[in-house]
Amino acid sequence: MCFQQKMIHSLFLINCSGDIFLEKHWKSVVSQSVCDYFFEAQEKAIDVENVPPVISTPHHYLISIYRDKIFFVSVIQTEVPPLFVIEFLHRVADTFQDYFGECSETAIKDNVVIVYELLEEMLDNGFPLATESNILKELIKPPTILRSVVNSITGSSNVGDTLPTGQLSNIPWRRAGVKYTNNEAYFDVIEEIDAIIDKSGSTVFAEIQGVIDSCIKLSGMPDLSLSFMNPRLLDDVSFHPCIRFKRWESERVLSFIPPDGNFRLISYRVSSQNLVAIPVYVKHMISFKENTSSGRFDVTIGPKQNMGKTVEGVVMTVHMPKAVLNMNLTATQGSYTFDPVTKVLTWDVGKITPQKLPNLKGMVNLQSGAPKPEENPSLNIQFKIQQLAISGLKVNRLDMYGEKYKPFKGVKYITKAGKFQVRT
Amino acid sequence: MGQDKCTKCGPTTQVGHPEVPHHVTLPPRHDDLKEMLDSNKDSLKLEAMKRIVAMIARGKNASDLFPAVVKNVACKNIEVKKLVYVYLVRYAEEQQDLALLSISTFQRGLKDPNQLIRASALRVLSSIRVPIIVPIMMLAIKEAASDMSPYVRKTAAHAIPKLYSLDSDQKDQLIEVIEKLLADKTTLVAGSVVMAFEEVCPERIDLIHKNYRKLCNLLIDVEEWGQVVIINMLTRYARTQFLSPNQNESLLEENTEKAFYGSEEEDAKDAKAEAAVLAKCKPYVMDPDHRLLLRNTKPLLQSRNAAVVMAVAQLYFHLAPKAEVGVIAKALVRLLRSHSEVQYVVLQNVATMSIKRRGMFEPYLKSFYIRSTDPTQIKILKLEVLTNLANETNISTILREFQTYIRSMDKDFVAATIQAIGRCATNIGKVRDTCLNGLVQLLSNRDELVVAESVVVIKKLLQMQPAQHSEIIKHMAKLTDNIQVPMARASILWLIGEYCEHVPKIAPDVLRKMAKSFTNEEDIVKLQVINLAAKLYLTNSKQSKLLTQYVLNLAKYDQNYDIRDRARFIRQLIVPTEKSGALNKYAKKLFLAQKPAPILESSFKDRDHFQLGSLSHLLNAKAVGYQELPDWPDEAPDPSVRNVEVPEWTKCTSREKRKEKVEKPFYSDSEGESGPTESADSEPESGSEENGSSSSSGSSSSGTEEEEEEEEEDSGEQSEDKEEEEEVEKRPKRKDKEGSHKAVLGSAGSPSEEEEEEERAKKAKKKAPQGRKGRVETSSEASTSESSSSGSDSGSEAEAKQRKPPSSKASPKEISLLDLDDFTPSPVQPIPSSSIISTSLVTDLEGLTLTDSSLTPTLLSPAFSAVKTYELLHRMAGEGLAVEYCFSRRPFPGDPHMVAVQIQISNNTDTEVKNLRVNEPKPLSGMRIQEFPEIEHLAPGDTATVVMGIDFCDSTQAANFQLCTHTRQFYVSIQPPVGELMAPVFMSENEFKKEQGKLMGMSEITEKLTLPEKCQSDHTIVQQLTSAANVGRVPCGASNEYRFAAKTVTSGSLVLITLERREGSTAQLTINSEKMVIGTMLVKDIIQALAQ
Repeated sequence: MCFQQKMIHSLFLINCSGDIFLEKHWKSVVSQSVCDYFFEAQEKAIDVENVPPVISTPHHYLISIYRDKIFFVSVIQTEVPPLFVIEFLHRVADTFQDYFGECSETAIKDNVVIVYELLEEMLDNGFPLATESNILKELIKPPTILRSVVNSITGSSNVGDTLPTGQLSNIPWRRAGVKYTNNEAYFDVIEEIDAIIDKSGSTVFAEIQGVIDSCIKLSGMPDLSLSFMNPRLLDDVSFHPCIRFKRWESERVLSFIPPDGNFRLISYRVSSQNLVAIPVYVKHMISFKENTSSGRFDVTIGPKQNMGKTVEGVVMTVHMPKAVLNMNLTATQGSYTFDPVTKVLTWDVGKITPQKLPNLKGMVNLQSGAPKPEENPSLNIQFKIQQLAISGLKVNRLDMYGEKYKPFKGVKYITKAGKFQVRT
Repeated sequence: MGQDKCTKCGPTTQVGHPEVPHHVTLPPRHDDLKEMLDSNKDSLKLEAMKRIVAMIARGKNASDLFPAVVKNVACKNIEVKKLVYVYLVRYAEEQQDLALLSISTFQRGLKDPNQLIRASALRVLSSIRVPIIVPIMMLAIKEAASDMSPYVRKTAAHAIPKLYSLDSDQKDQLIEVIEKLLADKTTLVAGSVVMAFEEVCPERIDLIHKNYRKLCNLLIDVEEWGQVVIINMLTRYARTQFLSPNQNESLLEENTEKAFYGSEEEDAKDAKAEAAVLAKCKPYVMDPDHRLLLRNTKPLLQSRNAAVVMAVAQLYFHLAPKAEVGVIAKALVRLLRSHSEVQYVVLQNVATMSIKRRGMFEPYLKSFYIRSTDPTQIKILKLEVLTNLANETNISTILREFQTYIRSMDKDFVAATIQAIGRCATNIGKVRDTCLNGLVQLLSNRDELVVAESVVVIKKLLQMQPAQHSEIIKHMAKLTDNIQVPMARASILWLIGEYCEHVPKIAPDVLRKMAKSFTNEEDIVKLQVINLAAKLYLTNSKQSKLLTQYVLNLAKYDQNYDIRDRARFIRQLIVPTEKSGALNKYAKKLFLAQKPAPILESSFKDRDHFQLGSLSHLLNAKAVGYQELPDWPDEAPDPSVRNVEVPEWTKCTSREKRKEKVEKPFYSDSEGESGPTESADSEPESGSEENGSSSSSGSSSSGTEEEEEEEEEDSGEQSEDKEEEEEVEKRPKRKDKEGSHKAVLGSAGSPSEEEEEEERAKKAKKKAPQGRKGRVETSSEASTSESSSSGSDSGSEAEAKQRKPPSSKASPKEISLLDLDDFTPSPVQPIPSSSIISTSLVTDLEGLTLTDSSLTPTLLSPAFSAVKTYELLHRMAGEGLAVEYCFSRRPFPGDPHMVAVQIQISNNTDTEVKNLRVNEPKPLSGMRIQEFPEIEHLAPGDTATVVMGIDFCDSTQAANFQLCTHTRQFYVSIQPPVGELMAPVFMSENEFKKEQGKLMGMSEITEKLTLPEKCQSDHTIVQQLTSAANVGRVPCGASNEYRFAAKTVTSGSLVLITLERREGSTAQLTINSEKMVIGTMLVKDIIQALAQ
C-alpha cells in the first residue's frame, strides 16, 4: 500500500477554549489527538496570534489560521505549499462569513449541515474544487430565515434543485441566467492609510492601500469597463480573476464580466513615492514618574488639511505598559475606557471639529514599587473620511456592453486609517 | 428503487447486530433515526440525515447506522442523496461489505446523461476507499477520462490519486490515463491532472514535453489552485530542461559573486557549465520555451491569491535571469498586507531571498518596518529581513529604527533586535563601533533580559578586535555584581578569561568574587568560572593559584557530573604533577589559542536549496514527499521534444517569414531532419511568436478538416499575423482557443481516440513541409494543392481522405462522428492585435451556454465553424495584388455595431507596394465603414492582414470603397452573407422560449426541409448551421431539436433559430425574428447549407 497523500487531509475547527467543535476528513479519518500538538504550540505561544501557522508533528504537519476567534487547523501529510493551504482556509472562512453573515462558532454549529456540504464541495480528495462563491451558492443555497421556515414546513432543502452551470463555463465566477428588476452596480473605493509617525510627528513610513469593493446586481451577462481619471496612481494592483489583465496593461481600463453580488474587484497600492497626506496629527505628552508611581497622560488629536472633509469615527487605542494599574482621565470629547486586565485604553472620539480639538488628559496610576515603564506606548488611531479618496483616485466612467438595459451606477469613496500608528 | 430496498433489507439485519456490542450504550434515539430513514417521507429522511451528519461533524460515531443509511443511496431527493454520500465517504472504509451494496447505484450514475451526476457518482465511488472495487474504479476512471464533459474528466483526474493511494499497483495504468488527460486542452482539467501527475508519477517528466507549451499558454485561465500546482511542476520541469540563465553573467563578472542560486557545489557545477559553454564558444541564449514560461507566469503576480503569487515568485527566483527577478518584490511586499499567517509565510521566503538578492527588496525597506501591534513572530521575521537588507547606505536609517524597537515592551522582540544590531555590526564594518557603543549603553538598561542579550552580542563583537576594547571588558566585569542572567554571566566570564591579558588587574578579582558565589551559580556559569580559573592559572598563576585550587575543589564535589568531570580534566591538564604527561606543556596553547570570531549570520542562509514557497523551506527540513529541485543541466536536453507537430500550412507560411527574420543560427539548430521546428530557429525574444505558432498548431489541426482550401490561407495569415505582432496579447487569444476547445470537447464523442488519431494524422503530415520547402513562393492556391498532395504522398492516403472537409466543396463521402471529432479544435482565427480586447468578451461568453448537461454537443462558439474566405480583388485584376476577406466573427473593437471584416492582402508583384489604404468609402445611407490603418509597405511576396469594421445596417447591401496603393486604386465591394450580420447571444432554454413567445406570427418563418444523408448527425447539423450563420447554440432538452440564437449586429434584434428533426430525414426550420427580411434570407441560406 502506498500512502502518498497530498494536500489537505482533515480539518478541525477549534474555539478559543480548546474545544474541537467540528471535524471533517477528506481521506481516511485522522484522530482528534493530532490536535494535541497544536494545543501544545498554542500554550507555548501564550498569545493566540503567535501560534505558528505551520507545526510539524511526527506524522503530520498542521497548518492553521486564526479567524474570528476560531482556529482552523488542517492536517497535511506531505509537502504542499503552505500558502496554498492558508489561502484555502481563509477562503473557507470567507465562505462561512458570506453564507452566515458571520464566521462564528455559533453560526457554524447552527448550520452544521450546510457547513458540511460546503466543505464537501470545496475540496475533493484534499484538492480545492469549487471555491467561487457564485458557484457554491448555486450548489448550496445560503440559509435565510424565510427559507428555513419554508423548509421546515415543506421539507425542501438547501441544496439547489437545478444543477449548476458555472463550473462548466469559461466564466467560473458568474452563473448564467441572473435576473434583477433593478439593475444596479455600486463601487466602493476604500483607501486605507498605513503610517508610522514618530515621536516628533514626522512620518517614518506612509502608504495608501486601496480596494474597490463592488456590489453588482445586473441581469444577464454584462460586460463592464471601468476607467479612472488618473489610473497611473495605482502602483501595484491585484485583480479578481474576472479582470482582463491585458486590457489593463495596455489601456489602464478595468474590463470584466462581473461575478454576481458582492466581491472585491481590485486591491491596489499607491506608490510610496507619492507623498501621502496624513489627515490627522496627534500631540502627546505621556510620562511616568519613578518615585510617585504615577504618570501623566495628555493627548490631543487634530485634523490637518482635509480638502474640506470632516474626519470622523476617530478612535484611539493604546496598549499601556503592564505596570499601569489604572487611569483617571478626562476627555473633552467622546468617552474612554481602560481595561485593567488587558491594559488597553480605548478613546472613542467621534468627529473632530477644528474649532475645539478633542483632548484626553489625566493621571496614570502605576503599580507601586515596580520600575517605571521604559517605553511610552504607541497610539493606534482609527478614523474615517467620507467622500474622499486620499490618493486622489477618481473613477471616470463605467460602461456596460452586452446588455441593453440602463443600469443604475454608483461610486462611493471613503478613506480610513489602516495600520496607523503614532510612536510616543 | 423498490428492488434496491429489498436487496438491502437482508444485510441490514445481519450486519446490524454484530455492531451492537461495540456500542452497547447506544442512545435510543439512534432507533428513531433508523425509523426515520426507513420511512417513505423524504422530509423525515432528510431530517435524519441532517442529524447524522451533525454527529459526524462533531466527531461522534454514527457507524452503526450504516445499513439504514446505505439503503437511501438511491433516494431521489438530491439533498438526502448528497448527505448519504457524505456518510458513505466517511464510513465505507470501516464497513466495506455493506458499502459494496451502494456500488451499483454509482455505476448506474456513471452512465447518467447528466454530466454532473456522472461526475458526482465518480467522485463518491473513488472516495469510498474499498480495495475490492479497485477494478471498478479503474474502469470508471478510464471511461470518465474520455468523457465528453470536461467536468467529468476533471473528476476523473481527481480520482486518479485516490485510486493510487488505494492500490499503487495500478500505477502503470493510471499513468496512461494521466498521459491522456495531460493532452486535454481545457483549463478545467489542466490543474487537476497536473495534480494527479505530481502525486502519481512526478518522475515521468517526459510526459510533460508535448504538453509544456500548452500548459504555459493555458495557465492564466486555469483556476487559482490549479495554477499553483502547475507552476510548481513547471519550475521543476524547467530546471531539468533549460540551461541556467545566469551562467554567462557570472562568467563576465570577474569577482564571481556567488551565483544567485543554490549552494557552493552548485556554483562549482555552474562553473563547469560555464567552461563547457566557453569551450563551445556559444553565447547563452535562452530557450524560447524558457522565455515563454517566464512571460506567461508574470501576469499571475497580480493574482488575488497569495499562493499563486508566491508560486510565481519562486518560479522567478529559481528560473529567471538575475536582472528579471526584481519584478517579484513588489508583489511579495503586497502580500504583507494580508492575513498574519500569509505574512508569516511570505516573510520567511523574503528572508531567504533577501540574502541572495538584497537589491531586490531594498526599495521596499520601509514596508518591513515594525509596528507595535505586529505579532512577535512577524516582528522577528521582519527584523530578519531588515537585517539582511542593511548595507552601508541604509544602515543609519535601520539603526535609528532599531533604536525604537529596543524600547519595545515585547522583550523577546527586544532581544531579537539586539541580535540584529550585532549582525549589522559584524557585516558592516563602518558602524561596528557605533553599534558597540549603543550596545554598551544598553548594559545599563533596567531590564535584565536586555542587558543579558547585549552582553552575549557584545561578547561576539569584541572577539573581532579585543585589543581596542579593554574598557568595555572592564565595564562588563563590573556587571557581574548585578547581572543575574546565567547566559550573560557566562559570557562575561568567558570574555574576561579569554582576554585576561588586557585586564590583568580585574580578572583575578572577578575570579575571587565568583569563587565566593560559586556554589550558587547555574551550571553554565560554573563551567565558565572553571575556565576562567584555568586561564588565569596559566597566565597569572601567582595571583590565582589558590583561587583556582579552591574553585576546582568546589567543582569536584558539585552535584553535576559535567562540572565534576571538567574540574578533574582541567586539574590534570594545568596542574603539573609527575603523572601528567606531555599535554601539560601545551596547556596554554590549548586554552588560549587564537579563536576565530563567530560569524553572525542569518538562519535563513542557504535555505534556498529548498524550493521556495514549499513546506520544506518553511520548516527548513525535508518534508515527506518533497520533490528536490534539480540543478540546471550542464547541457540543455534536446528542446525539440516539446515540439508538437505543426500541420504543413502553418509551417510553410511561417517559414517563409522566418527566412527573412532569422539572422543568426541558434544553438538548437542541429536538430537534423525534423527540420526547423518552432523552437529551433526563433530568437529568444521571439518567444511569443514561437508560442503563437506552436499554439496555433494545436488548434489548427482542426482547420484541415473543415475547409482545407480556404483554411490554408487563413491559417497562413494567422501565423503571419502572429509573427508580425509579437506583442499580441496572449490572453484573449488563448481564450479564443480555449473557448473553441471547450466547445469542441464538449461535443466530442471520445477525446481519447480523437487525440490518438490526431497524433497519427500529424505524423502522416509531418513530411509535407519538407517537400514544399523550395516552393514557398508559389501562390496560395498552388500551395493548397501542394499540401493535399503532399499529404497523400506521405503514405497515409486513407487518413488524409478522412480528414477531408465535411463542409467544403469537395464533398466528403464517409463522415462519422469520430472523424469529425478528430479535429474538433477549431482553427484559431486571425486576430488583429487591436481587436483582441473586445474579442475577449465574446470568448468569455462562449462558455456560457451550458445550462443543462443533458444535451451533449453542448456549446458552440462562433469560432467553431469554418471561416469562409471571399475574394475582394483577384490577382489578375489587381495587377499582382490579391485581396481576400473573411468575416472573423469577432466584435469589431471600438464599435459593437460593426461587423469585423478581416482583410488579407498579398503582394504577388515583384515590387514593393506602398501606402495601401481605403479611400473614399461610398457607403449607402446609414452604412458606416471604419477603415483599416494604412499599410505603409508591403514587400513583394508578403502578406498583410488587417481588420476593418463595417456597419451594414442589418442589410445585405454591399459596401463599396476604393482600395488604393501608391500607384493604383481599385474599386471593390464587400457583400456580407446574411449569416454574418449577426453575433451569437447566449441564453438559457427558458429565455429562449420566452423570447420566442414574443416573436410569433409575422415574425416567424417556418420551412420544411429534407436533411441529406450525410447531414444526419447532430454534429454535422450544428456545424453546418453555424457555418452558415454566426449564431450561438442554445441548450435544449429535446434531443431532436436544435436551437440557436443571435442578435443582429446593428440593431441588436434577436434572431432565434429552431431546427426540429422529424421522422425520416425531414426537418422543420423555424426562424423568429422581427427582421423579416433577414429571417427569410437566413432560412434560405441555412437550408442551402444543410443540403450541401
